[in-house]
Amino acid sequence: MTSKSDERHFELSINGNQYRVADSYPGESLLTVLRDRLGLTGAKGACEEGECGSCSVLLDGNLVCSCLVLAASVTNCSVVTVEGLGGSTDVQTAFVESGAIQCGFCSPGLIMAATNLLERTPEPTLDEIREGLAGNLCRCTGYGRIIDAVQVVVRQRKNGKP
Amino acid sequence: MSDLDIREAVISGGLGQSSLRPDGVAKAEGSYEFSSDLSADNMLIGKTLRSPHQHARIVRIDTRVASAMTGVHRIITAEDVPGKATYGLIASDQPVFASDVVRYIGEPVAAVVADDEEICSRALEAIDIEYEVLTPLIDARLATDTNTPPIHPDGNIIREQNVICGDTTVVGDIVVEDHYTIGMQDQAFLGLESALAIPDADGAGVECHVATQWLHEDLGQVAACLNLPESSVRLVLGGVGGAFGGREDISLQVHVCLLALATGRPVKMHYSRSESFLGHVHRHPAQIWMRHHATKDGKLVKVEAEFVFDGGAYASTSSAVLVNAVTHVQGPYRCANAEVRGVAVRTNNLPCGAMRGFGVVQACFAHERQMDLLAQACGLDPIEIRRRNAMSTGDKLITGQVVESVAPVLQILEGLERMPFPEDDNSGETHPYQMPGGAGNTTRASDVRRGVGYGLAIKNLMYSEAFDDYSTARCALRDGVVTLKFATAEVGQGFITIAPQIARTTLGLENVVLEPIDTGVGSAGSTSASRQTWMSGGAVEAACLKVRQLIFEHVAASTGSDPFALVIEGDAMVDTATGERQLMSEVVRGLEFDEEVEFRHRPTVPLDENGQGACHTAFAFVGHRAVVDVDVELGLVRVVEISTVQDVGRALNPLSVTGQIEGGIAQGLGLALMEEIVQQDGRIMNPSFTDYLIPTIADMPPVVAELIEIPDPQAPMGAKGVGEPPTISSTPAIISAIQDALSQFGARSSHLTRVPIRPSDITEAVNTTRRD
Repeated sequence: MTSKSDERHFELSINGNQYRVADSYPGESLLTVLRDRLGLTGAKGACEEGECGSCSVLLDGNLVCSCLVLAASVTNCSVVTVEGLGGSTDVQTAFVESGAIQCGFCSPGLIMAATNLLERTPEPTLDEIREGLAGNLCRCTGYGRIIDAVQVVVRQRKNGKP
Repeated sequence: MSDLDIREAVISGGLGQSSLRPDGVAKAEGSYEFSSDLSADNMLIGKTLRSPHQHARIVRIDTRVASAMTGVHRIITAEDVPGKATYGLIASDQPVFASDVVRYIGEPVAAVVADDEEICSRALEAIDIEYEVLTPLIDARLATDTNTPPIHPDGNIIREQNVICGDTTVVGDIVVEDHYTIGMQDQAFLGLESALAIPDADGAGVECHVATQWLHEDLGQVAACLNLPESSVRLVLGGVGGAFGGREDISLQVHVCLLALATGRPVKMHYSRSESFLGHVHRHPAQIWMRHHATKDGKLVKVEAEFVFDGGAYASTSSAVLVNAVTHVQGPYRCANAEVRGVAVRTNNLPCGAMRGFGVVQACFAHERQMDLLAQACGLDPIEIRRRNAMSTGDKLITGQVVESVAPVLQILEGLERMPFPEDDNSGETHPYQMPGGAGNTTRASDVRRGVGYGLAIKNLMYSEAFDDYSTARCALRDGVVTLKFATAEVGQGFITIAPQIARTTLGLENVVLEPIDTGVGSAGSTSASRQTWMSGGAVEAACLKVRQLIFEHVAASTGSDPFALVIEGDAMVDTATGERQLMSEVVRGLEFDEEVEFRHRPTVPLDENGQGACHTAFAFVGHRAVVDVDVELGLVRVVEISTVQDVGRALNPLSVTGQIEGGIAQGLGLALMEEIVQQDGRIMNPSFTDYLIPTIADMPPVVAELIEIPDPQAPMGAKGVGEPPTISSTPAIISAIQDALSQFGARSSHLTRVPIRPSDITEAVNTTRRD
């Protein structure tokens, strides 16, 4: 049953801050802890089995579905969520300006995935964009404007724009 | 150049521009609050217990053990519903909780409210229910037989509707027919059902923050079940993560409010993905037979059809879905004679209701496959058969209704014909992503055949059959700022983007603020039926025009100018009598107005027993061309490109229109190739995104879209709804293209009649041909 005992607490490093998690069930996913324990609701849950990518976060720089990660297993890792991007990265701005956002439920996850893709592959081909974002479902846009947003960022970075 | 064009040219953020979503930044930074992100101090969590049986009598419900568990606050069942025991959109036949009989696997039987979700789950397991299992009614055709035992007191048939037109005895020189099957599609919105209910301090009312498509319809149904006056129930739109028809019905609204009122504490409910598949209605699976008669040169003389729609356990909007299907049988083609029979029934399958395209998806798949058959039988190409029959404005439908809407079907065909074809690059070195087998790298280039197919559609806009369809908007002017208030559900489609655009263009003022979307103003109707741009857009425009008129009258009274000579140009007011020009921001200094308007579309009438009557409000048209590569050995398909020409009336926000077109096509592609809820004995075999597949970015081809912008004289601002058409004819276009690819194995390859098409359907068609 619910244990609020201090012996069960653990700490997470998220977006550069240390968070103490004291009231979590041992089996809780990182997504649940982020959303329900720490109030960081930027990562979304839409399938909770690693299919939709809505919960994507960076774990030591690697893109993961936070619904598939046990929170208590990543105490030694650095977690970056969409809140940690700051709100006005070129990727975020391009998503807004390209029409890549409709209902927006997939947007935080897709923005994390696109950010990660462009770190690994600064000038992805169309197929590489598709491959890089294939783990993130979007039900509204048909993906056309999402591809456009990524290509906008690639062009901007190539041209030395911030 | 019209008055409208001049105005658009100057005001920033006005109509015709691709203004950006006002909620875009918040959504990109993760701060936007979806309904599932909401919380409140002292909040409890609620969860639903659902029937494990398709059809069973409830003998006994024992909640004592569960109620006594630590952390459990209340368990409620049908006995705890203080008001109306049932709800429903058109027919109120769905119990808040089943009391005597359960009629589908997943039907709510009880709900628990506890400290957290884990305790809820344990409590649900501890509720002891004894069922007496009954024989389920699974087969929709069996349900049409009045000798079949009814699963509802008033029988299994929800509605029968025929359309009988002209001379039904006429026989064409050429006759083609087939049977068609449409699988059950899920809306699969990403933002799962969720709501937060907060009881009033005195316990006499409740506020519910919910992701819905229609706040006021929910309000009426919820208040009736709670036995509260509507004034004691407030609904606030929680952030909506997509809808597509699946949020038009009540899901957890009544449950969450009951739990909040029962405990006197805020209660949140949110579904998991697997529960969501049970918790909302789906696209109706349909069995369709169609027979088309034509002259030797391919002109339609008669269409015959029979539809059986499986509405599942409860009626929802099945009767309206059926009407859409039977009235759209002819497609966007002239046809003088028709004999159409349609029936929607209740079974012990999952309840079905609204999904993007609403009955027309089913009809269109069949009529477009038929047009291809007809083309083949007449020796015409698919474009030519459609050109010879293309409908235009002023034509009479098989319902007797005259199409008064702009009907640019010929222009759509011309546009599709003009579009260049993508290069066929399946020879030599090809990235696996460009092969039907995709990243699995299973496809051999030698097995790939390319095909091209077409689909055209006509779609009704707004509600039909005399429904009192209206939307309400308030426009307030104060300190030079325009404030708009409406209850229009923003579900991602972008009404909150175009509403300020409408206000800016109408009033010449840039500073527009939107008030929260809730039931604090009159109904906006549903965000469905491609209707909000027309209806709520019309309401916002009308409210702004009223304020503008008051401004002009004020100016006229104080300056002596003729109020009828005043116009808005961009951000200025111009006196056309004197040529004098003044910035609107100066004109409105010190002025305050507040006007509320109810906007209605023209009246419609119910269909008579022969399906005659001007039952629809307006129509939009669309065409799609699909290019596909088919791996004929493995039955796999890659859609190479979709081109589309869509009649939009006028693109108020071109970027939003593009988003609707591309997104709608993705759902049409999903139905064509992969999306189906598979039920076995009423149990969903694939209630997850692992097993219910929706298109990924790797499945979606480039979309080449051309808009036909002929402002519709009946539409506010000339703009037609654009949301549903992309979903409708993209599906048959893809199947037609697959058929074309298969035809390279011989003209007699068997006709493809089912969506979603399965790999085995393709390989069987190929094998049949080879045996031939």
